[in-house]
Amino acid sequence: MDFSIAALLAQDGVTNGAIYALLSLALVLVFAVTRVIFVPAGEFVTYGTLTLASLQLGKTPGIVGLLVGLTALAGAMELYAAARDRDWRRLPKRLAIYVVAPLAIAAVVRALAPLSLAFPLQILLTVAIVGALGPLLYRVAYQPLAEASVLVLLIVSVAVHFVMVGLGLWFFGAEGSRTPAFTSGSFRIGDVQISGQSLLVLLFALLVIAALYAFFDRTLYGKALRATALNRVGARLVGISPSLAGSLTFTLAALLCAFSGVLIGPITTVYYDSGFLVSLKGFVGAIIGGMTSYPLAAAGAFLVGLLESYSSFWASAFKEVIVFTLIIPVLLWRSLTTHHHEEEE
Amino acid sequence: MKKSGLVLGLAALAACGAACADINVGVTLSATGPAASLGIPEKNTIDMLGSPMIGGQKLHFIVLDDKSDTTEAVKNTRKLISEDKVDVIIGSTVTPNSLAMRDVVNEAEVPMISMAASALIVNPADPRSKWVFKTPQNDSLMADAVAVHMRANGVQTMGFIGFADAYGGSWLAEMVRSTQIAGIKIVADEKYNRNDTSVTGQVLKLLAASPDAILIAGSGTPAATPHKELIARGYKGRIYQTHGVANADFLRVVGADGNGAVLPAGPLLVYEQLPDSNVVKKSAAEYVKAYEGKYGPGSRTTFGGHAWDAYALLQRAIPEALKKAQPGTKEFRMALRDALENAKDVAGSNGIFNMSSADHNGMDNRARVIVKIENGKWVLSK
Repeated sequence: MDFSIAALLAQDGVTNGAIYALLSLALVLVFAVTRVIFVPAGEFVTYGTLTLASLQLGKTPGIVGLLVGLTALAGAMELYAAARDRDWRRLPKRLAIYVVAPLAIAAVVRALAPLSLAFPLQILLTVAIVGALGPLLYRVAYQPLAEASVLVLLIVSVAVHFVMVGLGLWFFGAEGSRTPAFTSGSFRIGDVQISGQSLLVLLFALLVIAALYAFFDRTLYGKALRATALNRVGARLVGISPSLAGSLTFTLAALLCAFSGVLIGPITTVYYDSGFLVSLKGFVGAIIGGMTSYPLAAAGAFLVGLLESYSSFWASAFKEVIVFTLIIPVLLWRSLTTHHHEEEE
Repeated sequence: MKKSGLVLGLAALAACGAACADINVGVTLSATGPAASLGIPEKNTIDMLGSPMIGGQKLHFIVLDDKSDTTEAVKNTRKLISEDKVDVIIGSTVTPNSLAMRDVVNEAEVPMISMAASALIVNPADPRSKWVFKTPQNDSLMADAVAVHMRANGVQTMGFIGFADAYGGSWLAEMVRSTQIAGIKIVADEKYNRNDTSVTGQVLKLLAASPDAILIAGSGTPAATPHKELIARGYKGRIYQTHGVANADFLRVVGADGNGAVLPAGPLLVYEQLPDSNVVKKSAAEYVKAYEGKYGPGSRTTFGGHAWDAYALLQRAIPEALKKAQPGTKEFRMALRDALENAKDVAGSNGIFNMSSADHNGMDNRARVIVKIENGKWVLSK
């Protein structure tokens, strides 16, 4: 391996690592606030890419139907909850969040899909519609069980993952899609060719990370989420609604994942079931961050990307084995250095 | 007396079941999971057939999905045999599933027609493959076609990148054999997974070996990933694909990068371009017209053709078997197996079958053509 190959592999590893980093941030965020291990993260990624690909073809993406279906379910659940508690005051606001807003997005996407809009607008629509699935999914699948143990929530996640993979096959078919590159340009530094595409992916990922940082550090909602992550009961005592925190978290996570899907689309062919492997790699990153630390999780994800890239050069048949074996020393190290807390609720 | 007669009658009815009058055909295929792009056209083909009549008997298809999973395929096979009392089994889509199903059908003595590629399913012709037939061309037939084409085009060294599964593995084994005969050297072989987000590492390694040609052994759109990467990294040699990519989605995903690639394929992919003297043209046209009539122009795949060919074999074998026994009996299944083994000159959509006790695939060179991708279309290479 000479220097130019090493540099190309590093570039490839960092590009993929940036995408895994976004996913690991989403996983850490969801786990910290809601204790849900967000197994279906990968499906949001594939939905993102494949929705963008169908918009490119001028087709209405199949997930519009899913959005409408989830809206109906969430609306019915809200009505039932209001009738059960005889508390009608909050209903209009909740219906606005769970019914009106997603239906509006669905209608806009449906109307605009055949128009073959400019590429940035298509990206915006994609992120909006896939992001809208996040809070609905939380409302329908997780909120009724919000107080359950981590294990129950994990099992729900696995179920949601399988449902979403199955629906993905139904909506998008078995064959994969690719989206066009953001830019075809590239430039050279010495012997090394650097593609504009990888630079853009890295740039976008860093921008999103910076925006997240600003959100958590500067806004009231961001601070509320951080408070919930630190201490759920305490946050509740000072008036932060756990269901609001949950659905806000899922919105953010879904947006992050959908955007990762947009970034990954030009790099590789994405299939309805590609997401799981991608999110597992984000998960390895999140584990390196102990499911709590954002910077460590992001760093771990970059490590996964680099390891994957170099191992695909040296031993392509064992690439996945090498990447996932990484988790064992990390777990060992973590269990030796941190004290185990029994779950206290 | 009367009572026992009634019981006997009921028992006979129960043993026979509701579908006694029909011939039950069990189908297990991979309509979901990694092999879904192959299994779905097969399922569509079976759906298109409906409930056809053969020899005055109605064919009743029972279609199960094995999720591209070996355990599931075996479970489906057992279920079809024990619960649905099928007379013949079609399936499965992929090689590992079909290999695992062999023991079940041998034990139950039910003929099976596999739609998977590897020659291992029916070779060697020993007791383990007694009840097993297959419709797709053997890998070896296709690998020879690739090696011959390489030889004719002055290729001396080749690189290989294939799926890290049975498909890639069996192609590599076949290429090692056929390139040895053709005097071509394999200078690099790499593996990748269908869902890999990047194949840069493997491609760089292939490029470092600078082979004259590179063969990509993948199926469906995942085979486009290394293809596009090779072009993006400036590979100038010829790229070969396998017949696993023969569908419209591959052309869509690979785009302009695919132009100039060469692959062996079943003749139905380009049947319009075949000369009228070609023996497969008529039967291929029959299938493609029926399929595209139902599922839209350009929807043809060679995989669906494998399901159609299984039906073509049954069309030949069932009337023979009916002469000897009634459907639903052991004797019928035995007769059906013998009739399948003796089926001669059956024109399928992908080739002509000449079965024998030594060859349960029965295809020859007529089952392959060399196809080139030009301007996003399949073009028959003369």
